Amino acid sequence: MSPIGSHGYRARHHPAYWAFLVHRISGLALTLFLPLHFLVLGQALRGEVALDGLLRWSQNPLLKVAETLLVTAAAAHLAGGLRLLLLEGFAWRGPRKDLAALAAGVSLAVALLFALAVL
Amino acid sequence: MVATAGRLTPEAEATLSMLDVSVWHGTESGEFRHYQVPRRDSQTVLDVVTYIQRHLDHTLSYRFACRVGMCGSCAMTVNGVARWTCRTHVDQVTGDGRLEIAPLAHLPVVRDLVTDMRPFFDKWARAKGRFEGSSNRHDPVARVQPDTPQRRAVDAAIECIGCGVCYASCDVVGWQPDYLGPAALNRAWTLVNDVRDVSRLERLRAVAAEGGCLSCHTHTSCSERCPKSIAPTAGISGLKRACAQAALRGEL
Amino acid sequence: MTSARRNTLFWLAQRASAAVLALCLLVHLAVIIYAVRGGLTAAEILGRTRGNVPLAAFYGLFVVAVSIHAPLGLRAILSEWTLWRGRSQTWAMAVLAVLLFGLGMRAVWAVVR
Repeated sequence: MSPIGSHGYRARHHPAYWAFLVHRISGLALTLFLPLHFLVLGQALRGEVALDGLLRWSQNPLLKVAETLLVTAAAAHLAGGLRLLLLEGFAWRGPRKDLAALAAGVSLAVALLFALAVL
Repeated sequence: MVATAGRLTPEAEATLSMLDVSVWHGTESGEFRHYQVPRRDSQTVLDVVTYIQRHLDHTLSYRFACRVGMCGSCAMTVNGVARWTCRTHVDQVTGDGRLEIAPLAHLPVVRDLVTDMRPFFDKWARAKGRFEGSSNRHDPVARVQPDTPQRRAVDAAIECIGCGVCYASCDVVGWQPDYLGPAALNRAWTLVNDVRDVSRLERLRAVAAEGGCLSCHTHTSCSERCPKSIAPTAGISGLKRACAQAALRGEL
Repeated sequence: MTSARRNTLFWLAQRASAAVLALCLLVHLAVIIYAVRGGLTAAEILGRTRGNVPLAAFYGLFVVAVSIHAPLGLRAILSEWTLWRGRSQTWAMAVLAVLLFGLGMRAVWAVVR
């Protein structure tokens, strides 16, 4: 039994770590989603009707939820990314946990806006 | 009341509450062994380990030196978090009287709670964490302005005593074994900003290499855990900027 | 090229593409939130995109940036969370970059032509 391996999670209970996790998971989700997104839009090559078929399929409530989650991922990745660009690009005094909080708040707001628009 | 040195009589012990302590025994493979340790006021985790070694298990190996929070030798993993055991009051880390003590993470285990610090310091050397000057004893003493941004950056990071807590707390060190780690990079940062040092570019090349500062993902666990309140994250970000500038200028 | 220089240029490419994507995504999210209200049909989309050269340029830039950014990000995840490393991983990321670029440009063409 390894002395440390499974116990590392106790050391990770801090906001900057959650920010990293959200950023990584959202980035992964977006990377997996993107080819699908491109393929769907590419259906326009087969004409309006082909594209409409797919779009109507996305009226399904389950897909609307999925879309909302994806937009949340996009907003979170965007906000978290801006936070990193700031943290890495400039010399800050202190860890600026306020940036992590701001990023979280903004992404949540965007997600809600989209949810309201689409649902 | 006191029978042998430091050991309480059974009657006295019975009136105290006891701690449930699990301590790692072995090397990378081994087990946690369990002890009951009398709980006392202002007791530190180092006190607990010392009690176990003196009265319950003479075979327990552990490291300490100053026991007053100056040397960093007593760093261990306490309830999953890397800390200085001499500066960790038991009350700080346990609500339910349970303690789990293990060696620092990400380092080879010599035995029980003792880790081999050589990889940690090897990386220090790989990051060119060593000062290189160009003057000798016959030259006048260097005059370094204390209020320049560079010197302020050095001052904020210079107090590192190489305890290894940041290294043990860094997940990238765990995921990427050749990652230089926060302490080595922090030291490199102090030297990059040292106006007397003459090997700045060589050092930037060393920290931009595979496993260098660019592998940092700004988890900031190092800065969270540093017992000297140093923020290696800030220094590593500074190194990233310095490397980027050097690369864009064609110097790297 | 030294590994230091190469690593730093990758890092710069990741941050530069991130900055471009930040702007593009901001605009894209705003447009999407506006456009999906009351449902979205192909006619509505294509009505706005067909023959729209500035839009094509915008989304073309978007595709280029994402084709650089996503593989570099995935590379870090694979190197840290899996055992996949080395040459084959680098080639796979290059393939992903080409795939995203190809599919992305095809999608832009599909809605703009």
